[in-house]
Amino acid sequence: MTRTRLFRSRSFEEKEEEEEQQQHYSKHNITTSTGMRVIVPLQGVVQGRGGLFLGSVIPCALFYFFQLYLKRHRSEPKSPPPQPPPENSEGQLAEVSVSVLPRSLSRVHISPRSPGGPAYVSGRANSIVKGGDSPHDVGLRKALEDPYHQSGNPDGVIQLGLAENKLSLDLVGEWLAKNAIFGEELSIGGIASYQPFDGLMELKVAVAGFMSQVMKKSVFFNPSQIILTAGANPAIEMLSFCLADTGNAFLVPTPYYPCSDRDVKWRTGVEIIPVPCRSADNFRLSITALDRAFNQAKKRGTKVRGIIISNPSNPVGSLLDRETLYSLLDFAREKNIHIVSNELFAGSTHGNEEFVSMAEIIDLEDLDRNRVHIVYGLSKDLSLPGFRVGIIYSFNDNVLAAAKKLTRFSSISALSQRLLVFMLSDSNFIQQFIEINRERLRRMYIKFVAGLKQLGIECIKSHGGFYCWADMRGYIPSYSEKGELELWDKLLNIAKVNVTPGSCCHCIEPGWFRFCFTTLTEKDIPVVMDRIRKITETCKSHS
Amino acid sequence: MAIEIEQPSVGLSKVAVSETHGEDSPYFAGWKAYDENPYDELTNPSGVIQMGLAENQVSFDLLEAFLETHSEASSWGKGASGFRENALFQDYHGLLSFRKAMASFMEQIRGGSAKFDPERVVLTAGATAANELLTFILADPGDALLVPTPYYPGFDRDLRWRTGVKIVPIHCDSSNNFQITPQALEAAYSEAEAMNIKVRGVLITNPSNPLGATIQRSVLEEIFDFVTRKNIHLVSDEIYSGSVFSSSEFISIAEILEARQYKNSERVHIVYSLSKDLGLPGFRVGTIYSYNDEVVTTARRMSSFTLISSQTQHLLASMLSNKEFTENYIKTNRERLRKRYNMIIEGLRSAGIECLKGNAGLFCWMNLSPLLEKPTREGELALWNSMLHEVKLNISPGSSCHSSEPGWFRVCFANMSEQTLEVALKRIHNFMKNRERDRNLKVI
Repeated sequence: MTRTRLFRSRSFEEKEEEEEQQQHYSKHNITTSTGMRVIVPLQGVVQGRGGLFLGSVIPCALFYFFQLYLKRHRSEPKSPPPQPPPENSEGQLAEVSVSVLPRSLSRVHISPRSPGGPAYVSGRANSIVKGGDSPHDVGLRKALEDPYHQSGNPDGVIQLGLAENKLSLDLVGEWLAKNAIFGEELSIGGIASYQPFDGLMELKVAVAGFMSQVMKKSVFFNPSQIILTAGANPAIEMLSFCLADTGNAFLVPTPYYPCSDRDVKWRTGVEIIPVPCRSADNFRLSITALDRAFNQAKKRGTKVRGIIISNPSNPVGSLLDRETLYSLLDFAREKNIHIVSNELFAGSTHGNEEFVSMAEIIDLEDLDRNRVHIVYGLSKDLSLPGFRVGIIYSFNDNVLAAAKKLTRFSSISALSQRLLVFMLSDSNFIQQFIEINRERLRRMYIKFVAGLKQLGIECIKSHGGFYCWADMRGYIPSYSEKGELELWDKLLNIAKVNVTPGSCCHCIEPGWFRFCFTTLTEKDIPVVMDRIRKITETCKSHS
Repeated sequence: MAIEIEQPSVGLSKVAVSETHGEDSPYFAGWKAYDENPYDELTNPSGVIQMGLAENQVSFDLLEAFLETHSEASSWGKGASGFRENALFQDYHGLLSFRKAMASFMEQIRGGSAKFDPERVVLTAGATAANELLTFILADPGDALLVPTPYYPGFDRDLRWRTGVKIVPIHCDSSNNFQITPQALEAAYSEAEAMNIKVRGVLITNPSNPLGATIQRSVLEEIFDFVTRKNIHLVSDEIYSGSVFSSSEFISIAEILEARQYKNSERVHIVYSLSKDLGLPGFRVGTIYSYNDEVVTTARRMSSFTLISSQTQHLLASMLSNKEFTENYIKTNRERLRKRYNMIIEGLRSAGIECLKGNAGLFCWMNLSPLLEKPTREGELALWNSMLHEVKLNISPGSSCHSSEPGWFRVCFANMSEQTLEVALKRIHNFMKNRERDRNLKVI
């Protein structure tokens, strides 16, 4: 029996203390570098009068006392300064670049005439404004401004940086055109008023069924363990808020989906500790590496609260096998931490390997359910990112209760919920859709990877997702992030193909790129390969 | 397992176990009582009548009628092609057509007295999300926002829970109809300073929840001057702006800014939503309108956590850009709300109960202080309890709105049919009659 932390009402004193601590934080956000900034000029001053001896003793003494002062006033491990949010924003959201509003406008509004300068904006806001355009922002913008079209704009930028599935949109579109007509079944009656923020029960039931179907009935999902929210991003953020405090950390194997930086860290103040996976292992997760990262964090005084994995992996596309999942559970149990399994692409598998959900492992094991949480959504497997449906599936009642309350900040429109209930209840359609979609994905994957192979570009064998993880190490001018970005730049501006460089995904080895192939038709593939060839032929580096 | 070993449970965060969600307060306890025994005209005529939910159901028929006759709103045009873009659309800028429609709707509500630029409209899934988002952007953990009392109980959660920001109250009382005074503003600011808390802004609700009254122009000017002097932000939550009974009585902060040629306006941000005026809380449609470029940019990015479904944006864009519909809706909705308001005020007056003079919103601010055994919070809660369990009416006690004077209650009137309102008024009438009789008996 586990002793769970129930909602205890905190005493007034406890609250005061915590508030004081927080205040202290923002006031005394001093680092040791301040110490150094004091020493050097001091030495100069003293040396002028008292000579070398005084010149060294006094600053050292001051420094010593200063450190003592800092030590006494430093409370907990500091929360990191607000990280710039995904410089390399994933294609999950078509994030047009930050500089939509020209900076000069800001200056006009931040009038020098206002007393004391412009009204303050928080650290979180500042981190966005200061962060410049990431490679990915630039790529997305260029693709949006000059989109390739077979007949209309054959020289436009081909978008291979967005993990969006257009392959089976026609199926969903047809269904909607036929069925999404407002009338008896689909009216606004009864859904215009306030609904449970964590989603209509009918939709939870329908989603539970869909999840099970998509995972080939290997596991049964309980609707009352489902929390619905407006997309997978808030689902991940909510879990980050619920499982970790500011300054705590999650271990995340790299390469990982760039937007995780924003989702896990931005408003929560929680850290991500990357756990590098290597090409030598085909980027497979190693428990040894996890263990090492955990211990390093511990030495630094950072509390690790959980591991976040994606399965199928984004960007690599690999699946975690049963042994790895079991080992992960063992590891989490040993360290008493959580596991968040992002299974967003579970229904988009196209290889021969079997997909195993964390839920299936838990089903069989019946141990330690309280530490496992699954994130899912309808953006990928149902091609409906616009409708904003994200799912948290947890075995932990306290997490469900807390997350439920948080859904008020990111609820799904009841209108769309109703439509989705309708669609998901059409089991014939759903079954057909899942099968056809999988088949199309497989065909496209095979063709695309074969095309790359002909150019001499190998990919990690992928079994799921909308992309492949390509080895372009032979084409980067230097074995470094700089070299990688130079290649990325050539691909974007000369070949006019937008792809995601591995550095955006925090890959420890330069030269790897993610290519999404689900926004293409089969006819586009030769065009893409021709363009890439232009670059690879001129770029063969000394390996 | 033979021996049960207590395992250290895997911990949750402070946010998760905090009580700042406030769902244990009387405000929410009343809802529980309602949920357990809800009034229904036919099946449960002695159940609890929900008068604690500020929902607008008086003009729903107009929405339904529009959708029935304008099928293009709900479909995506001929065939499936229009749908493709919509289903994939998850740009945090939001559909341009919808932003334009929102901007124009906001202009219409204000009778054209202020202009709104679609490029400054940031979309969020509801005003709850908008308020939280702005707080994340304008303040750091430990900082404070000044909020006039009485205020919407949900603010305690929306502004403070995940953000770690505090609320310092600006005290208002019945001596001047709960209006915000410059003295009260200064006092609140000084109070925060004394506690070593940085004030980052003032958040007003105009028209006010729970007062059901608009803020006067002179007061708005004073508040704006105050925030300019202190160099802090002003958030104006105007979600009830379309629910003003008479169009001429609502002054938006937007008008004040326009009159001053937008000088110092970069500190002002307006929150709006379709939940109250359009009676569509289930659709989750909110917006932040900011005069500050940095805030607009940041809010846009942050809105990725709280996007509005593209399908919903499409439908509402179609509805709100239909000027004929919106004009008629705004006018009719206003009239119906005014009629309801008059009905409840009359009903309460004939029962011997006075309310604050209101001119907006879906509720009235009722004064039951003469009925209190003791002029204290406990006295108020005891009375609230009687109302809930004896009279079977769920109304919101002023203490949950942080009212400094006990005895005031917020009573919603737009979330029910006229018949139900009659029943509620009758119950209050009987309650007052019985009390009178009991008092007279005691005297004898």
